[in-house]
Amino acid sequence: MTINDADVPALTIARIERQLAGGELTSLELTRACLARVEAIEPRVGAFLTVLADDALTQADAADAARGDGARGPLLGVPLALKDNLCTTGRPTTCASKILADFRPPYDATAVARLRRAGAVFLGKTNLDEFAMGSSCENSGFHPTANPWDLARVPGGSSGGSAAAVAAEMCPGALGSDTGGSIRQPAALCGVVGLKPTYGLVSRYGLVAFASSLDQIGPFARTVEDAAILLEAIAGHDPLDSTSAPIEPPAFRRSLGRPVAGLRIGLPKEYFIPGVVPEVESAVRAAVEALAAQGAEVIELSLPHTDYATAVYYLCATAEASSNLARYDGAQYGYRTPATRNIIEMFTRTRTEGFGAEVKRRIMLGTYALSAGFYDAYYLKALKVRTLVRRDFERAFEQVDVIATPTSPTPAFKAGEKTADPLQMYLSDIFTISANLAGLPGISLPCGFTAAGLPIGLQLIAPAFGEERMLQVAHAYEQSQEWWKRTPALAL
Amino acid sequence: MSGAGSDTFTRERVRKVALLSRLEFDDTEADAFAAQLSRILDYVAKLDELNTEGVEPTSHSLALSNVLRPDEPRPSLSNAQALANAPEAEAQCFRVPPIIQEL
Repeated sequence: MTINDADVPALTIARIERQLAGGELTSLELTRACLARVEAIEPRVGAFLTVLADDALTQADAADAARGDGARGPLLGVPLALKDNLCTTGRPTTCASKILADFRPPYDATAVARLRRAGAVFLGKTNLDEFAMGSSCENSGFHPTANPWDLARVPGGSSGGSAAAVAAEMCPGALGSDTGGSIRQPAALCGVVGLKPTYGLVSRYGLVAFASSLDQIGPFARTVEDAAILLEAIAGHDPLDSTSAPIEPPAFRRSLGRPVAGLRIGLPKEYFIPGVVPEVESAVRAAVEALAAQGAEVIELSLPHTDYATAVYYLCATAEASSNLARYDGAQYGYRTPATRNIIEMFTRTRTEGFGAEVKRRIMLGTYALSAGFYDAYYLKALKVRTLVRRDFERAFEQVDVIATPTSPTPAFKAGEKTADPLQMYLSDIFTISANLAGLPGISLPCGFTAAGLPIGLQLIAPAFGEERMLQVAHAYEQSQEWWKRTPALAL
Repeated sequence: MSGAGSDTFTRERVRKVALLSRLEFDDTEADAFAAQLSRILDYVAKLDELNTEGVEPTSHSLALSNVLRPDEPRPSLSNAQALANAPEAEAQCFRVPPIIQEL
């Protein structure tokens, strides 16, 4: 079978797996079709920072050959995209920052290496807010990314490139990273599935560090099943990450299709507040009713410290970032300013010229929060309130199995709408941040569209290492609806 | 412990924190940062509403500590690999401008 561009939209990883296994499709045909679609759509969407066409075709060829030799696996020959803060051996890994414009890592991130071993094909590296700091992809040091549903709007961030690539069907899946919502928020704004695993489930080795106690790598996909396939491939203990959980992850796909009758779903009142756009609230409530119709029990509850999570996050995350980003000094790799008289001048000018405004703002805020005389009032206070946020969830999960909320209070906003006011931009993450602070898994999946045709995301949050239950509920809702089948009308 | 309260960023404070951060700003940038960071500090001051006496800080959500491994030699990056991204290298080392200078 020869596939053309028009066939690509219908392709999920699960279907590709069947078609490749059945000999109806080769990885080379599929990879060529995806690359053709990238070429046709990229000028308008801008999801990629680097397209690795030659590499991808070589990998596709190798996957087909391996299959011919009897190799099997759900990702063998499947084209994927990688957020450009995941290290790829010898290939650009820029973090969308000028300071890493020419950086070529000497090793793969563990998540990338696992996908490589599973036979995946890498189409390229996707755009992000510089060092994953932002909620709109407008902080990229290279170019913005457009939302495939409305090119005048942002795709969300920071993993906006991965979300847009999957939404525009340039590839059936992608990896992103989530520190305060950077997978779930763009998934919601682009109408795809995005999953942030429990802290420690996926190795962070080779993920360029932003805030080490919050960062997690996770998948984007068209369906919950596809997200489960990708998670299964990247999860598991890694001795190269000292915060990797020493557990054997379950086969996540196995829980899909189990009935949700009798499961308890919590609705936290702090997530249904006046700032939420009415169309978003009604779509999320309708999604919860659809689960209730399958026999799930809905329980109203309270997470009383929700309103403080954003303040905690912007102190903890910036403090960690100020330390993590100290390594960009022009000495060993990355950009170096030319012709300086001494090393301090080299450090200062390299950083001043290499970092964008949002990265500088966060380094400044974090340095301040950690500085002598202010540490107790800001950083330590934030860590204590982080404990209160965590306890809210511990209490809630004594009553319920999963928590359902809107992923984002609004659908995709217009490009430029929030760039002048950093605080307004920060507040677009109010519903995703708490899961990072508490280390919990969260998933966003489509649950409707606004009258203007913009996607709306439902977020489910589960207890630590409760991904199976979370995926089970997400899948049960998804399959009772048709939302996931909708695709943006991007003319070729 | 003093609360964050009415903390504000002045141009001078921006300069002080910039020095610690190894960043430089001209006056216009420093003033813009002062205004933006002051607004953010106003916002985070809401944490003062909470009594956190006796609450343990959470720096990490996993209950892991001191992950150890045997101290045995393992393969690592070669010198050439380690220097491959160096802005300047010489004699198998990273070359940087002078650290100590004559006055």
